[in-house]
Amino acid sequence: MLSRVADALYWLSRYTERAENNARMMDVNLQLMLDAQLLNTRTQQHWESIIYTLEDTELFKKHYPEITGDAVVDFVTFQRKNPNSVYSCLAFARENARTVREQISIEMWEQINRMYLFFLTGDAKRLFHSSTYEFYKWTLEASQLFQGICEATMAHEEGWEFIQIGKFLERADRTSRILDIKYHILLPSGEQVGGNVDTVQWMAVLRSCSALEPYRKHYRGQVMPWKVAEFLVKNQTFPRSILFCVDSVDHSLHKITGVDRGDFQYNVEPERLSGKLLADLCYVTIDEIFELGLHEYLDRIQLRLIEISKAILKEFCEWLENEDEEGAQLQKQSQ
Amino acid sequence: MFELSGDVRPHYRWLFDRCGNMSTEEFQKKRTIADNAFLTQGVTFTVYNDQEGTERIFPFDLIPRIIPRAEWEKVERGLGQRITALNLFLHDIYHEQKIVSDGVIPAEIIRSAVHFRPEFMGFDVPKDIYIHICGTDLIRDADGNYLVLEDNARCPSGVSYLLENRQAMKRVFPNLFSRYLVRPVETYCVELLDVLRFIAPNGNPEPNVVLLTPGIYNSAYFEHSFLARTMGIEIVVGADLVVQDGAVFMKTTRGLQRVDVIYRRIDDDFLDPLVFRSDSVLGVPGLVDAYRRGNVSLANTIGTGVADDKVTYYFVPKMIRYYLDQDPILPNVETYLSYFDSDRKYVLENLDKLVVKSANESGGYGMLMGPQSTSEQREAFRQAIEKNPRNYIAQPVIQLSRSPSFCDDHFEGRHIDLRPYILYGEKVTIIPGGLTRVALREGSLVVNSSQGGGSKDTWVLDE
Repeated sequence: MLSRVADALYWLSRYTERAENNARMMDVNLQLMLDAQLLNTRTQQHWESIIYTLEDTELFKKHYPEITGDAVVDFVTFQRKNPNSVYSCLAFARENARTVREQISIEMWEQINRMYLFFLTGDAKRLFHSSTYEFYKWTLEASQLFQGICEATMAHEEGWEFIQIGKFLERADRTSRILDIKYHILLPSGEQVGGNVDTVQWMAVLRSCSALEPYRKHYRGQVMPWKVAEFLVKNQTFPRSILFCVDSVDHSLHKITGVDRGDFQYNVEPERLSGKLLADLCYVTIDEIFELGLHEYLDRIQLRLIEISKAILKEFCEWLENEDEEGAQLQKQSQ
Repeated sequence: MFELSGDVRPHYRWLFDRCGNMSTEEFQKKRTIADNAFLTQGVTFTVYNDQEGTERIFPFDLIPRIIPRAEWEKVERGLGQRITALNLFLHDIYHEQKIVSDGVIPAEIIRSAVHFRPEFMGFDVPKDIYIHICGTDLIRDADGNYLVLEDNARCPSGVSYLLENRQAMKRVFPNLFSRYLVRPVETYCVELLDVLRFIAPNGNPEPNVVLLTPGIYNSAYFEHSFLARTMGIEIVVGADLVVQDGAVFMKTTRGLQRVDVIYRRIDDDFLDPLVFRSDSVLGVPGLVDAYRRGNVSLANTIGTGVADDKVTYYFVPKMIRYYLDQDPILPNVETYLSYFDSDRKYVLENLDKLVVKSANESGGYGMLMGPQSTSEQREAFRQAIEKNPRNYIAQPVIQLSRSPSFCDDHFEGRHIDLRPYILYGEKVTIIPGGLTRVALREGSLVVNSSQGGGSKDTWVLDE
């Protein structure tokens, strides 16, 4: 398949996944803030930690005088000048879809188009103002519908594997960032680790990954920090855990190259990197993670995910003039 | 649809009765079905100079145009004759130029044609075919005769609308098709692919054929994507291709893959920045070199624009006599060349009665509609013509034939033309009918989509 097409499918998928995750993160945190008022936590610091984990602090400060809930929600949801806002992600996703319309199914195109038009026409903002809950519900369901359509209407061939890789790399990255938010939130003075507020915050982390119920089913008990981390990093069957996502990336890579996975073989650099990360995730213990420091550990994971992404683009799309993954996309959009 | 006497032409009888029996609401409902089909499938064209949301649907008129078999057969013969002559002309012009030395066409007309490519003199193209795909615009005069308005021998567009129109009609009026024996158009893409495979370098039986598009911002991108999808070939942009050792390759996830035939939807000027416009980012550096070496075939070939120059058009009937020793089956519209002194005098004296066209514009741009023009506009054209007489032709205003269209809530006559698509490969193939374009604005004679035109399905009857 054309390298440009593989690249576009990969980004189409990454951007839709990013839109969904950012929407969910805003939804959960807005709800959390309702509780936070009651619990008397410092809300501004909470929103700061979100901007910080998204690594968009500078851009944010350019457009908003101070960090408030409304400003962060606007920045992450609607701000077109933020390339990672839900709206921008959908616009990029749609733009990528447009360049490969003959490669994706008509239903996929229609759905991505519908999501983009929802924002473009202003319907999104109107719904947001009349019911924030309804708005995020619409957005999340639209994205899930897209993934379902993709699964059910597109031939599971090379292009589809690139879509899987984009989706799971993005999801692994987002899960690691959501988990990391908690690192930046300090407990109010007088609050205990494992206390009420702490637990509510960890639950919000789980909900941001749609993981609260699966977590409860798995552990049947209290929400404990190390268990939450273990679940989101290492769970083998939950589809948003980092391990699950990396496993899926590795699987798709081997599908593309045709190299057998069973014997720890690899043919190309991205396979080597994903296999190595997968092994680390399988064999690391949660004690080791906390010994190193959860934040440091997640930081390293994020760097390794970026490394894999770069290796994939280099291996399969070496002809495209990518300086770095985000920059190249922005250039594409501005033509 | 109607005879001069006001009677319904026989082949329209049944359609006329069917529509007469339908209520406005029923009709409007059908129209909504069709419009929605176009919109959700993204059958759109791009309007330039607009921000976001630049894609529009091409307005579709539900009343089909019907062409009886005998009438079509004559058109078909005439078009076949015309494309044969045009290809012989191009071969001659890029070789001995006998038609010039025999005094049929002035040398200066060729030399000064914008799209003439002297650098390809003496170059042999595969199978001696220059124009593989041609869209020739026809109109019908007051007596019902088909006349040729212009040839589009570079990258004619619109065929995807024709194919989509038929799909929409089948969905909306399934019963009409069982009543009329309408010749199918669906084989177009198969025939086109046959032509493209036929011209592969060195007779390669399994050539890799691709469609080269300027990209998603081009107004005809939908069509490019549609054709590539239907033929099952890759659609590529310039950046997908690279030339190495005089051959063209496409960049794939498994490395470089050789390309043999390029159906290019990019104008000559943008094909190769090393040879033509150096600022082109749409083309492929080195492509022309690969083409010259015979390692890749292009459809249409480079330099066909000299044949669809509006001044060359004037000479096509003469070409048909010169190369084929036949009378033209489809005549031209009466045309004055301001290049000739006597014609120019007439044109300048009658600017308010004529349609003036510049030689190399398309899409309804660069035109003066005399009867509707202001004196400033006429003065501007007068100066332009005197400054560069070679660049202008003039034609009397032809009352394009009219056909009933569904406008808002009732039927009205609207002016139409016809663009059949001619394929020239191992044989000449003409898709039955063509794209009928409608000037949907009342009284308008301009059918271009960029100027408020729409289209309707065209039925050639097989009975």
